[in-house]
Amino acid sequence: MRYLPKSPGDRETMLKAMGLHSTDDLFVQIPAEYRLNRDLKIPRQMAESEIVDYFRQRSRENGEGFTSFLGAGAYSHYRPVIIDSLISRGEFLTAYTPYQAEISQGTLQSIFEFQTMICELTGMEVANASMYDGSTAAAEAVMMAVRLTGRRSVVVARTLHPEYREVLATYATHQGMPVSIANFRDDGRVNVEELEKAITSETAAVLIQSPNFFGTVEDVRAVAELAHKQGALLVVSIAEAVSLGIVEPPREADIIAMEAQSFGVPLGFGGPYCGVIATREKFVRQMPGRLVGQTVDKQGKRGFVLTLATREQHIRREKATSNICTNQALVALMVNIFMTVYGKVGLKELAKQNLAKTAYAAAQFAKHGKLLFTAAPRFNEFVISTSEDPYAINSRLLGHKVVGGLPLKKFYPELGNAALWCCTELTTRSAIDTAVGLVAESERSVRSAKDESDVEEEVTQ
Amino acid sequence: MKHMTRKATPHVNQNEGLIFEKSSAGKAAWKLPPLDVPDVDAAELLGTAERKDLGNMPEVSEIEIIRHFTRLSTWNYAIDLGMYPLGSCTMKYNPRVNEAVARVEGIANGHPYQPEKISQGALRILKTLSDCLIEITGMDAITLQPAAGAHGEMTGLLMVRAYHQAQGRPRKKVLIPDSAHGTNPATAAMVNYSVENLKSNAQGMVDVSALAAQMNEDVAALMLTNPNTLGVFEQEIHKIADILHAKGGLLYMDGANMNALVGKVRPGDFGVDLMHLNLHKTFSTPHGGGGPGSGPVAIKKKLEPFLPKPVLMTKADGTFGFDYDRPQSVGRVRAFYGNFGMFVRALAYIQANGPDGLRQTTEDAVLNANYIRKGLEGVYDLPYSTPSMHEVVFSDKVQAKKGVRTMDLAKRLIDYGFHPYTTAFPLIVPGALMIEPTESESKEEMDLFIEAMKSIAEEVEEDPQTVLDAPHSTRVSRLDETAAARKPILRWKPAL
Repeated sequence: MRYLPKSPGDRETMLKAMGLHSTDDLFVQIPAEYRLNRDLKIPRQMAESEIVDYFRQRSRENGEGFTSFLGAGAYSHYRPVIIDSLISRGEFLTAYTPYQAEISQGTLQSIFEFQTMICELTGMEVANASMYDGSTAAAEAVMMAVRLTGRRSVVVARTLHPEYREVLATYATHQGMPVSIANFRDDGRVNVEELEKAITSETAAVLIQSPNFFGTVEDVRAVAELAHKQGALLVVSIAEAVSLGIVEPPREADIIAMEAQSFGVPLGFGGPYCGVIATREKFVRQMPGRLVGQTVDKQGKRGFVLTLATREQHIRREKATSNICTNQALVALMVNIFMTVYGKVGLKELAKQNLAKTAYAAAQFAKHGKLLFTAAPRFNEFVISTSEDPYAINSRLLGHKVVGGLPLKKFYPELGNAALWCCTELTTRSAIDTAVGLVAESERSVRSAKDESDVEEEVTQ
Repeated sequence: MKHMTRKATPHVNQNEGLIFEKSSAGKAAWKLPPLDVPDVDAAELLGTAERKDLGNMPEVSEIEIIRHFTRLSTWNYAIDLGMYPLGSCTMKYNPRVNEAVARVEGIANGHPYQPEKISQGALRILKTLSDCLIEITGMDAITLQPAAGAHGEMTGLLMVRAYHQAQGRPRKKVLIPDSAHGTNPATAAMVNYSVENLKSNAQGMVDVSALAAQMNEDVAALMLTNPNTLGVFEQEIHKIADILHAKGGLLYMDGANMNALVGKVRPGDFGVDLMHLNLHKTFSTPHGGGGPGSGPVAIKKKLEPFLPKPVLMTKADGTFGFDYDRPQSVGRVRAFYGNFGMFVRALAYIQANGPDGLRQTTEDAVLNANYIRKGLEGVYDLPYSTPSMHEVVFSDKVQAKKGVRTMDLAKRLIDYGFHPYTTAFPLIVPGALMIEPTESESKEEMDLFIEAMKSIAEEVEEDPQTVLDAPHSTRVSRLDETAAARKPILRWKPAL
């Protein structure tokens, strides 16, 4: 086996050194009746070339070469080449959690820089080293608010990513945390009147997303006022990190739960991604996840260590702030490199291109379908309602190697034939025009079919 | 000291400040293509929501970024450099073909919501990996959704709760041996079970009679790591399972140490009802400085209705899809379908090994641990003489007499060119040295390790101060962790 660095002779020498005769002697403690005396029924050992072929084949069956208008919590942005060059260095790729600080300064310093940049972008004072993803970060942020306030109930905007809401429901069920939902208005924003009624003196957290699931920027300040008036904490989820380049961050939030996938992380069929929690300094001791802090060594030289570990499971066990242990460190490094590449000016310009492409696409689609939620600002997603079922339109688009917007009726039945479309800096004008053309065709054919049936009706009358 | 340069020699490495300290206005590492649509006025589109300033975000060039991170990388120890014997962490070789196939276009860039028709490649990977893991564990079904081991534990206990709820009541508590990982009790708390400690016997195993006495119908499950954190196989596992099952409880296995069992014995065959795996341990996906992981949960048939949704299914026409109609499901534990990129890597690892390779891997992992045990027996105190599987736990009892503790020995090991073992865990061994070499080490590398450990033991006798002050050869000496925690500096700020 090519990964094993021992010759049969080595094994024999080692066994002999231990006074053993065969490998079986090493497994005597396993009761004989449970030992597996056959080969596992799994694929036979394959050559490297066969493995590569196998996955190339799977790739061809997996949307290779399609242009996509899907967003909805997973965004297609350009990934600078140096991200993979750098994260492929074995010293980053094959290191463990940096518990031994003296030989982990590379990982530790890079996490410290990551925490700093997340703070700069979100307007928060502290950020952790990462969480699993945006959905679990949101759930953990809410549980953090429960600990901080000593209250239990949670109010959630229906404009929060539907799968994030599902994850929160799973986490909340056994924590005795009642969750109530506030609906959205005609402008695509959470209904503040409903929110106001739902928030009580028992509310620990109000959880919204901005830009929300429809791509609409929420009025965070108004929601913050409502939450704070009742002593509740505001948790804001950010699923599209690139928005931070041009959309004012939710500075009024108490906790931000972010998904940083947009910053250089491949779509990868949904993971691994990179969750992060950022908050105010005064809340840090209730924050879940790892934290890196700056300190000095015995000679007074600057260095970095994992710190405030007394919040964590390996010290506090059942009294820990969370059970999280492994996080998303290597993915956080991708995010870190992406943020460094684009930096102060590039992130803004990048976000602006997203804004422009989306404004163009929304305007073009609006000529044929109905553009919803026009009264509030949006970032890089928009909702178009068509006469025809979007699933039908999408299956025709697939014939042109285009993946259309996400039909919303699965999550929001009342929106009928609406679909959520996304444009990023990678979406070309010609792809937009192709998609618009096909939607226009669909609308024309529905209209002419309708005209014909109207004529028929007149004739029969 | 005399053996110190056999494995490692200090060499020059570059100093490097924080990236913010290199930033100056006008430098850039990015270039966007020209806009092919009309430009927009952000103020007009966003109104008061427009962001004007990005604060202290850096402005640097590409070469500076390459040098910055390359320099930082050289300050890390890594498996690629040498033995990384962290007990319970299974720091094995991370094959590079795994990385290559994870980056193939359609695999790296598949969108989680793309239509099923053009997702068959990804779904087939999920299906094939699921089938392999079910066979390896001897279980009946699996979910790949959990993002890491602890997340898998939570998912498992949610299923335990749902299972008991379906029988009438969720029960109240979970039994956890005193040798368990900290995640076990932390997870039980997240699922609102109270934790009852289970004492180990003189052999470091579950005290079966104590278990029988503690077991009753309030106990939902026992969370058992097997082999346990001493590297010891629970020989009376069948009795343990019987005691649990007789009172309607479930046996949960923490699969962190599965590297000792693959291809040799299957948890499903010795009475385990559900277990999680760590793809980043047993199945070679890289630890990456702390993640990402992946924590699939394999289960017996009776738990199947409670799997998180969606559940992968094979349709009548042989294509794959997701089943969302799962009324008894515990719900969703993560958005989308789990850490897919890790599934790709784990499957590539299984393919590269095959049944014979996986068995040989396990045998080598156990062989290596026992070889180290043999080499260091008599030099370091062995608190439990029970046979070892994939890892061995010594204590600092002998060296502590000279005032040298496990952490000091660990720090000295750094000077010899090795990453330390796991220190001070499991909690049942005061001053533990928990050593897991994995199958990835050659005899030569382990001989160097044994030699280094013996040499350090001699130093403790002759010159303990050298050990207490270690490491001596790293770019920073021991760091002041107390100061870091007392007045936390968790981010860079510009000088005023």
